[in-house]
Amino acid sequence: MATEHIQSPLPGTFYRRPSPEEPPYKSEGDSVAPGDVIGLIEVMKSFHEVKADKAGKVVRFIAENEEAIMAGAPLLEIEV
Amino acid sequence: MPIRSLFIANRGEIAVRIIRAARELGIETIQAYSDADADSLAVQIADRSVNVGRPHATKSYLNIEGMVEAARQSGADAVHPGYGFLAENPDFADAVAAAGMVFVGPDGNTIRMMGDKVSARQAAIRAGVPVVPGSEGRIEDPSKARALAEEIGFPVMIKAAAGGGGRGIRIAASMEEFEQALPQARAEAQAAFGDGGLYIEKVIGQARHIEVQVLGDGTDVVHCFERECSLQRRRQKVWEEAPSASLTQDIRDSLCDSAVALARAVNYSGAGTVEYLYDDQTGDYYFIEMNTRIQVEHPATEWITGIDLVAEMLRIADGQPLRLAQDDVICHGHAIEVRLNAEDPANGFMPFPGVVGDLRLPGGPGVRFDSMLYSGYAIPPFYDSLLGKLIVWADTREAAIIRLDSALSELEIAGVKTTKPLFRALAADDAVRSGAVHTKWLEGWLEDNATNLT
Repeated sequence: MATEHIQSPLPGTFYRRPSPEEPPYKSEGDSVAPGDVIGLIEVMKSFHEVKADKAGKVVRFIAENEEAIMAGAPLLEIEV
Repeated sequence: MPIRSLFIANRGEIAVRIIRAARELGIETIQAYSDADADSLAVQIADRSVNVGRPHATKSYLNIEGMVEAARQSGADAVHPGYGFLAENPDFADAVAAAGMVFVGPDGNTIRMMGDKVSARQAAIRAGVPVVPGSEGRIEDPSKARALAEEIGFPVMIKAAAGGGGRGIRIAASMEEFEQALPQARAEAQAAFGDGGLYIEKVIGQARHIEVQVLGDGTDVVHCFERECSLQRRRQKVWEEAPSASLTQDIRDSLCDSAVALARAVNYSGAGTVEYLYDDQTGDYYFIEMNTRIQVEHPATEWITGIDLVAEMLRIADGQPLRLAQDDVICHGHAIEVRLNAEDPANGFMPFPGVVGDLRLPGGPGVRFDSMLYSGYAIPPFYDSLLGKLIVWADTREAAIIRLDSALSELEIAGVKTTKPLFRALAADDAVRSGAVHTKWLEGWLEDNATNLT
């Protein structure tokens, strides 16, 4: 089974949930379609949605919630 | 002075500014930095630096316990909070004092009182300062609310007492709308803030933002004239001037005197700013809030008065009485500051962190550049987008705008998009040149012009 990474388009802080009270956008085992929101990146106090660019199934999150990441950093691994 | 070492509990250009002022007073500088700021200019030029945690501000610059402990362990005598982060957090001021250090600013109780909208408004009323007409505190009885709205005149704003930052506000243009909006606003406030308390205020249309800089030593207070900051985007100031070209001398005198009266009434200690809305059609001004810290736009005031406001803050924190009487503070010429942010104005002001390439800075008479930039600096994405401020001075406003445009034409920050194109376009705009602006003007102008700002 091939796996691929979804990368962050921006540097900043990664969030897996739309807000602290809500469930994560995606969890391990969930299926992902292109355009699905998989998390938020906070950059200079503004929030941007990260969308999947391919279809697959979430194997694991590489970046943790609230982790500081660089542009191009892998966020999650999906099985395609 | 007894303050021999200063912990700087902030970052960016203001940290650099504070280090410069402290160094000239012979004070050792100890710079706090997060993991993301290890290479910052402030860390490079400070005498010492202390790591205060992970990049995200809640884990470093906003962590009260961590900051106080880092300051205490560094052996600092005093803590300067800068602006933003913990600068107006009364618990931080209290914790610094409780740990045996001097907080450079007013005490926690003053910050607490001026930070609460209702108590600040009441302090202003007690000091005889005009406030936006509205309810004295919370309104509970609907029939009294109706009577008050009638008296104030429509349109009126219904605001949630627990709201802030533009949240929890409704505007009613007529009594009919008011009666409909009142119960809805109460339910919304209850749902959003867990507190259904409301108050009402008159809507001031097309106002200017004018603010008065004050310095107090706990007993005496002087003002350092006013700044006008009417050019704003999403309530963020982008261009500030001192003095305001829209005031007559009589109104300037009474406005500045009212700020002194308020600061004196609360025994203000430190540098502070009293903010007003000014209606240039009627000549009326209204207190909106007091900021109990140094402000981003303080250099404009420094230039027209010749006063080093950050150095004065340190002297006051050190327990020294004000060195200036009101007659010593003289306004000379005109200063303009613009905020260079790492944002792309042609693309919805999208943040643009990146690595600074070649840097070419403007110079010559009447040009000052306060920034955290150096060539090769990687701008962290975790904090606000302010990179620096270009401040110009000339003997008239007209000459200052010409100088601003000339200095902007010299400035080159390679590798990142900045708000420079916005300021070149504004400097050439007839409304800006004639000063015919108000706090909503820039957003309308941007709808027509933003896409050309490249």
